[in-house]
Amino acid sequence: MSETDRPFEPRIVAFFCTWCTYTAADLAGISRMQYAPNVRAIRLMCSGRVDPQFVLAAFRDGADGVLIGGCHPGDCHYQEGNVNALRRFELLRRMLRDFGIEEGRVRLEWISAAEGDKVQRVCNEMTERVRALGPLRLEPGPRRRVGVGVVPVGAAEAAAGPAAGEASEPVGVLETEGREAR
Amino acid sequence: MTKPKVAFYWCASCGGCEEAVVDLAEDVLAVVDAVDIAFWPVALDFKVSDVEALADGELAASFVNGAIRTSEQREMAELLRRKSAVVVAFGACAWLGGIPGLANLSSRESILEFVYRGSPSTSDGDGVRPQEETDVPEGRLRLPHFDETVRTLDQVVDVDYYLPGCPPPVDLIRSAVTALVEGRLPEKGSVLAPDVALCAECPRAQTKPTDLKVTQFRRPHEVIADPETCLLAQGLVCLGPATRSGCGAPCTAANMPCTGCMGPTSRVIDYGAKALSAIASLVAPSDEEAVGEAVDRLVDPVGTFYRYSLPASLLHRRVERDAAGSRGGGQGWARRS
Repeated sequence: MSETDRPFEPRIVAFFCTWCTYTAADLAGISRMQYAPNVRAIRLMCSGRVDPQFVLAAFRDGADGVLIGGCHPGDCHYQEGNVNALRRFELLRRMLRDFGIEEGRVRLEWISAAEGDKVQRVCNEMTERVRALGPLRLEPGPRRRVGVGVVPVGAAEAAAGPAAGEASEPVGVLETEGREAR
Repeated sequence: MTKPKVAFYWCASCGGCEEAVVDLAEDVLAVVDAVDIAFWPVALDFKVSDVEALADGELAASFVNGAIRTSEQREMAELLRRKSAVVVAFGACAWLGGIPGLANLSSRESILEFVYRGSPSTSDGDGVRPQEETDVPEGRLRLPHFDETVRTLDQVVDVDYYLPGCPPPVDLIRSAVTALVEGRLPEKGSVLAPDVALCAECPRAQTKPTDLKVTQFRRPHEVIADPETCLLAQGLVCLGPATRSGCGAPCTAANMPCTGCMGPTSRVIDYGAKALSAIASLVAPSDEEAVGEAVDRLVDPVGTFYRYSLPASLLHRRVERDAAGSRGGGQGWARRS
């Protein structure tokens, strides 16, 4: 296996809310705090926007760990988006365990805009934890999507629709084509 | 005018989908009037060689139910694909993997080990497992290969349409067959059902609170549910909010929560993740410990949220780690023929 030629570097996808954790990551940056470069931050408006599908899609597309960062309880810009994130995370965490995905691969942290040092610490901890767990290495995934399309029988007058095999993409569908294991 | 030829076939399934065709009752006569059934192993005595003898594309449509687990199912799916103008994934198993797809929580090896050695009803015997080839005095016997993983029909062959449900509701079968005969099929890839959530047609919809919160989840055997109030409001895990409608809500009408057999709507990629999201968001407590206690009452989250859709999910199957620490369910995908 070629991947054994060089040491494993975990790939961690981080979903940070724009109001607290992403701002904290910015603070860590302008404060020149160094932390593991393994974390790829994705800015969302709120941790409550983290659809469990995003977490699974990250794993499917090659992430070894997923970190979610939001405002401390009570500080949410949208009242309780972070609490909804917590509710989903607690159930998702349990479900991933049954999928054979170790608990250390997902983490939810409350990080306020002032806590640049916490971003540094959490990213470092998460990286080391996932490094110890090793690559997730999912089996290459299904080649097709769950199923496109919408149109109830009878409602489709779309005789001049796209040619076979080129069905138009419904809005908001992620490509889920499996990436080859590294 | 020659009638269009159609085929019905089953793969990894229970036979309920075949029953659903029979449930068309007298309407099945209209179907027989309109089409020529060229292959239907459950009901009619045609052989595989009869299908092989057809010209490519000669079948107007094949309705294939069941997931794909064995080489035989794969070969039949490929044969019917070649012979058919239109392939319809018929029912939850063909579309999403269905109940047989839950086998993706176990490895092939652990399934064989349990069935042929471990299960309480198996005598230890000589530990013999079925072989793909066995030589006997009369010649060589062959059995299909048992794949590493369960796949949906469209993970094996190109599929034109999907009929959801476990089994598909008679109304949807009827309108799909009618649309086929009349040549007014929708865009390829369509799911032949309405594209809104089940709550839209649930008789209890009026009693669903606008700000629905659940303090304690209950399982159906733990409570005698009120027959008119929204089941979620009673703490039962009803997957209606995440599930496609079109079934007429017979389960909720019969005081049982929706288990999601109609699959997702078109805006959803991964049914289980969305269903999980819908249910988790209803949890009333907001501090970590109490949320944990509330969701701990949901036993078997994978079996609950992916009951009909594990092979179609983003993760596809449980991650197995062998003794050497390497991962993956083996050669499941590499073994495509």
